[in-house]
Amino acid sequence: MTPETEDSNSERESFLPLTGKGRFSGAVSTVGLWLCAAVVVGLLGWVLFDILRGGFSQLTWEFLSVEPEDAGRAGGISTVLVSTLLILAVALAVAVPISLAAAVELAERNRNRSMFARIVRKSLDVLAAVPSIVFGLFGNAFFCIFLGMGYSILSGGLTLACMILPIMTRLFEQAITAVPNEYRFAASSLGLSKSTTILRVVLPSAAPAMTAGIVLSIGRALAETAALIFTAGSVTRMPESVKDSGRALSVHIYDLAMNVSGGNSKAYATAAVLVVLLLVVNGLATLVIRWSSVETDSWSGVPR
Amino acid sequence: MIQTKELSVYYDRKIVIRDASLTVADGTISAIVGPSGCGKSSFMMALNRMTDLIPRATTTGEVIIDGKDINRSGCSLIELRRTVGMIFQKPNPFPMSIRKNIQLALREHGVRERGQLEKVTEGVLKDVGLWDEVKDRLDGSALKLSGGQQQRLCFARALALEPKVLLLDEPCSALDPLASAHVESLIKKLSGRYTILIVTHNLAQARRIADNLAVFWFKDGAGQIIEEGATELIFCNPQHPTTAAYIAGAKG
Repeated sequence: MTPETEDSNSERESFLPLTGKGRFSGAVSTVGLWLCAAVVVGLLGWVLFDILRGGFSQLTWEFLSVEPEDAGRAGGISTVLVSTLLILAVALAVAVPISLAAAVELAERNRNRSMFARIVRKSLDVLAAVPSIVFGLFGNAFFCIFLGMGYSILSGGLTLACMILPIMTRLFEQAITAVPNEYRFAASSLGLSKSTTILRVVLPSAAPAMTAGIVLSIGRALAETAALIFTAGSVTRMPESVKDSGRALSVHIYDLAMNVSGGNSKAYATAAVLVVLLLVVNGLATLVIRWSSVETDSWSGVPR
Repeated sequence: MIQTKELSVYYDRKIVIRDASLTVADGTISAIVGPSGCGKSSFMMALNRMTDLIPRATTTGEVIIDGKDINRSGCSLIELRRTVGMIFQKPNPFPMSIRKNIQLALREHGVRERGQLEKVTEGVLKDVGLWDEVKDRLDGSALKLSGGQQQRLCFARALALEPKVLLLDEPCSALDPLASAHVESLIKKLSGRYTILIVTHNLAQARRIADNLAVFWFKDGAGQIIEEGATELIFCNPQHPTTAAYIAGAKG
């Protein structure tokens, strides 16, 4: 306590936070924060409970392995599942390498905040906030019509790639930027080339955080409906190649719930599959991160 | 041999080191001492062109290492970094196995043969006194080692490239006293084989291990060498009044 405050009692009291009014407002804010958290968890829990209650009982091996019949009212979702995974594979195969290259360029070469890097970052942030339906229209105009790919898994995958590129690039960039500079200094002092430093030291250290970025992007891609209706289409036949139209899980849910009378129960079942799929992806990513941190010994690879 | 002639370092045109001239003879240890923020580390970074990594950092003057002017265009950066090993304040082994930590740079510099790699690995780990402690877990993560062990691994990693010069930037300051003593005795052991320049805050340590001493001080807006010479001479008979106050503990 400074000498001035010792002169007056009233001033001294202001230094003791947990008496009278202070304690009361502390309690209020604690309860308030708890309530907010409870509302968020409660809402999510309710949605999850509703989906699982409506759909879990129908989750059988048969549902997963049989083709949909009667516009989806009967049968299963095997073709939809295959289409979804193909669309996702196309999207990731295109988005991951481009994002990685862009992120390395932004984080490693343009640390000095060049004009170019700043414009690219700003553009990515704006693109990440663009509604997905806009990407759908763009994908339809560019991939389906201009490039002549038509309604196809390829068009859908490429459109999703465009959609997840901005967020993925920014997450990758943050992961790379978070790698401690000490590693770069050490690598440089040992005469390691820039490419060896990035490939052998920086990227392995950033891998766990980048895996998290990929998982987040997969989540976005799996949840996407609007952009796919215009690009991948909604054909429920088994796709023979990526040039065929295919229906994604989210599109299937939308169609069953909105356009097919009596399709609600199958919509619930499909939603349950989607939720379980997301949980599985998350779980796998956690495993990958834990497995790789045996090597790095901490989440972000920072030394103890 | 390390020789600097009127070396100045600028960050964004702001001067941090002015006209530092220093010579470190082959096989000797020189210590740089001085208060924080007087540019000791910046001086060190300029000696193996680590300043290249800092945006808008520039240097003027000459740095001659092993007979070559390092800023001449004919001097290869990779060759320079091989000749000059550097140890940092905070131990910074890579987040990979002990073995890979040592062999990554060796492979980069063209040593590919397995037997040779293993031989060098064992040799340098013995040099730093780490072999007996880690020989059974060479494939374990280097980050699982203690701070002192990590720092000695960093020494081993640098020694594997057979440098002629070692730059040590406060190598003991992040370590506990026991580990610090361990590293200090390692530095003493390495003198003679390598030309060593060490930055330290610890005057007693400088006196124990260094043959020569250079005192840096912040003067006229930049770090400068205010006194240099044989360590004992400076401790017993400092010429500069600031040095006298500093080693007596009255300043800095």
